[in-house]
Amino acid sequence: MKTKFPVILITAYTAFIIFSLAFGYQPGKDIGTNFLSFTLSMLKILPGAFILIGLFQVWVSRERVEKHLGENSSIMSFLWVLLLAGTTVGGLYVAFPVAWALHEKGARLQVVLAYVGFAAVCRIPMIIFEASFMGVKFTLVRLLVSIPLVVISSVLLGRYLKAGNWKMISPD
Amino acid sequence: MFFYSVTVILLLTSFFADRKKTIRALKIAWRKFSNILPMFIVMLVLVSVSLYLLPQELIREYLGEEDLLKGMGIAMLVGSIALMPGFIVFPLCGILREQGVPYMVLSGFTTTLMMVGLVTLPVEKAYFGMKTALIRNGIGLIIAVIVAFATGLVFAEVMQ
Repeated sequence: MKTKFPVILITAYTAFIIFSLAFGYQPGKDIGTNFLSFTLSMLKILPGAFILIGLFQVWVSRERVEKHLGENSSIMSFLWVLLLAGTTVGGLYVAFPVAWALHEKGARLQVVLAYVGFAAVCRIPMIIFEASFMGVKFTLVRLLVSIPLVVISSVLLGRYLKAGNWKMISPD
Repeated sequence: MFFYSVTVILLLTSFFADRKKTIRALKIAWRKFSNILPMFIVMLVLVSVSLYLLPQELIREYLGEEDLLKGMGIAMLVGSIALMPGFIVFPLCGILREQGVPYMVLSGFTTTLMMVGLVTLPVEKAYFGMKTALIRNGIGLIIAVIVAFATGLVFAEVMQ
């Protein structure tokens, strides 16, 4: 399944920005600036992330992923995705395509969901930044509470979805 | 940038090891990227609007709410809607802390920012489907509440 291009939304948005620029409508100009700055910061990350996903696809065998993260993998599988999530850059929007690539190679749903959760809460650069502004205690509490909750909720949600024969959609 | 150094080194290693495989990897990368691109654009549109509607000054004002529970509710609502990079969020939280905003409000705010994403929903939906995406975000919200209360306990903010 291909994601459809949201023509109407994009057209209306573009028209709004052009209109704002032409007539000096400040909120529109601000929104346009936001769009530009966020696009730039995302473009710094996305190409690299997708290249790594491509390399992962061709170099890592399905057997290997299945052995460590698949249906019969041990509790260690959660530790592997925790480490992978720690090194994930950007944010959730990078974690989703990575999660899909893992699932495509045979990682079980519980582990994939846990990866997404971990990528949200324990990316290492973010943790260092957080601890330096908020203190180590603040960061430790957050991590020690959220990591087990991510594991528990991922296992439960994974089981629930599997029971309903749910399949992850391929956007490509 | 460290991330790109790693990517380039891996790409070059791959290229020298197997040229064909590397080209295939790049093709896969492009196909995957271009297929999800429309949803990324929708996300950017939503981000640009949400940043306008919730500028930092407003967030500072909202989170400075006196009532603890009300402050937490607002923090988590804002955290669920907004999408902010860490290099903006944590300095902002540092300032808010100095202004006397409780740690638990701030942890509710940062955890929802990390786990719950209204603006990333278009991208998430493309991979997980709307229903699962909503459940996952709902779980994120619950986890954020628990994390916030745990923070409140550790920093002795809820015991009075």
